[in-house]
Amino acid sequence: MIGGRFLGQNRRSAAPRLDLSHNIILYLEGISVSFDGFKALNDLNLYIEAGELRCIIGPNGAGKTTMMDVITGKTRPDTGSAWFGQTVDLLSLSEPEIATAGIGRKFQKPTIFPNHTTFENLELAMAGDKAVWKVLFARISSEQADRIDSVLRTIGLSDKRNVLAGSLSHGQKQWLEIGMLLMQSPELLLVDEPVAGMTPQETERTAELLVSLSGTHSVVVVEHDMAFVRSIARTVTVLHQGSVLAEGSMDQVQNDPKVIEVYLGD
Amino acid sequence: MIVRKLLLSDRGSQLFFAVLLATTVLVPLLNAVVPDGSMLHLPNYSVALIGKYMTYALMAISVDLIWGYCGILSLGHTAFFALGGYAMGMYLMRQIGTRGVYGDPVLPDFMVFLNWKELPWFWQGMDHFGFAMLMVVVAPGLLAWLFGWFAFRSRVTGVYLSIITQALTYALLLAFFRNEMGFGGNNGLTDFKDLLGFDLQAQHTRIGLFLATAIALALSYAACRYIIGSRLGRVVEAVRDAESRTRFIGYKVENVKLWLWTFSAVIAGIAGALYVPQVGIINPGEFAPINSIEVVVWVAVGGRGTLYGAALGALLVNYAKTYFTAALPEVWLYALGALFVGVTLFLPQGIVGLITKLARNRTTS
Repeated sequence: MIGGRFLGQNRRSAAPRLDLSHNIILYLEGISVSFDGFKALNDLNLYIEAGELRCIIGPNGAGKTTMMDVITGKTRPDTGSAWFGQTVDLLSLSEPEIATAGIGRKFQKPTIFPNHTTFENLELAMAGDKAVWKVLFARISSEQADRIDSVLRTIGLSDKRNVLAGSLSHGQKQWLEIGMLLMQSPELLLVDEPVAGMTPQETERTAELLVSLSGTHSVVVVEHDMAFVRSIARTVTVLHQGSVLAEGSMDQVQNDPKVIEVYLGD
Repeated sequence: MIVRKLLLSDRGSQLFFAVLLATTVLVPLLNAVVPDGSMLHLPNYSVALIGKYMTYALMAISVDLIWGYCGILSLGHTAFFALGGYAMGMYLMRQIGTRGVYGDPVLPDFMVFLNWKELPWFWQGMDHFGFAMLMVVVAPGLLAWLFGWFAFRSRVTGVYLSIITQALTYALLLAFFRNEMGFGGNNGLTDFKDLLGFDLQAQHTRIGLFLATAIALALSYAACRYIIGSRLGRVVEAVRDAESRTRFIGYKVENVKLWLWTFSAVIAGIAGALYVPQVGIINPGEFAPINSIEVVVWVAVGGRGTLYGAALGALLVNYAKTYFTAALPEVWLYALGALFVGVTLFLPQGIVGLITKLARNRTTS
């Protein structure tokens, strides 16, 4: 009574392979989104290179989170196109399909599974066939367990392996969430305000973690904390009123008169 | 083997199976072997009563699976229970044959009474036991699948979903009350004679039904426990705790819900099918929203998200109901409401939660 289509849906959704032949992993072109007349994104154009660590800054309401929503399929734009590599049309895929295609997203507020252990959180996030029937009979292999343990080391939570994730500190939850992204073996990581509410030591540890991830992954970080952005960013994009205001190194951007006006002007 | 491994780490489930096994052995012994005059003799009606309680426990487990583990509060789950019951009832009606009041060899009495000349299409084949049992599973399963497909795809959650489930069962209640529906109207289906050729009033048939219920309860419990212990079970709890996170790590949340929901409805249908021959009647009253709410109260009182807690709650609340409705009938509904409010306020984890808390306090002090 359970149709084959229903159980087999994840197989069908296997997205075309990522094509990075032009060394650009993400294309956003002419994206506009409006909510009840308010233009959250206004003809946004953004390109992310493969392996890049990009920081996105901008005042509140500049459209940073809406941009993340468009990339991950949560919000559909009114106009524009969004491509992942040369071949994957993000606007035609659902949220889980985009996740499977290789885009991982960390939310602003840490969202982890509080009633599962740290290990189980990572196990659930692990890349693989996530169709219902497959998951019902899934067994963890020793290679998979090793992979989880290696991610636990990367995010510095090896000693919290069997602790319920709900009991972790705020910073540890943020790292666990980044670890969950890593388990998905994504090509592109979207990280929304990773250091909000962190202690200076935790912030520093997070900066190291994100820098170490770039190169093998493309990382896009949205952040308000300027000192943090300065410590990790090579290229900074400033969003304002739903479109790109300036782009360049931190120094270039900080000396840009338009940026100064937006941040410091009346 | 995996179920066995799971059980070793789960005290409550061990206890559940121990009690179930003891009941399954003792009830037939006390009823059939112990002589009539003895103090220990269990009368026939008690066998049917305990059997009925076990179908309630099965129903409670079905609701706990989706509510306790997946966070879907169904206030219409007895719709599936009643559909399974009607499928069984239709088979039993067709078995009556010429022994009905009007003596029609094919048409059940109520159809003769309505002046119907032939059997409606949906009654065809219901005289075959195998086909009828298939319908016990297919009818609730299909309804649940269709309902879930629309509801979960449109991302209806929380209280809105609960309200729609309630509307579903209420709509079915009204539909089944109508004579033209062909399910016996407000009288429902009753006056059953025999099942597979065995007289329903006979002692050995009662014991057979009791044993079938015990087996269905044990198998369903083991299946639910397997699902909960699997990675799928962890995904299900993940959906309950952080639905959008689950979606963003690549799970099709609607498929997970749809699968679990349909499975739960099938268990409810089986419970209904076992209930009907033991109580001897199925009527549209079984669709009443209050019944679904009662099931939710059983699960809440026992302790949700444990399975065995749901079974315990079903037994305790129904025992209380049997007592109250006999001793103080007008008080029962108030007692039920008070029970639900009290448990929600003071025992959010139900009786099971209270016991584990007491046990933990004792070991730490």
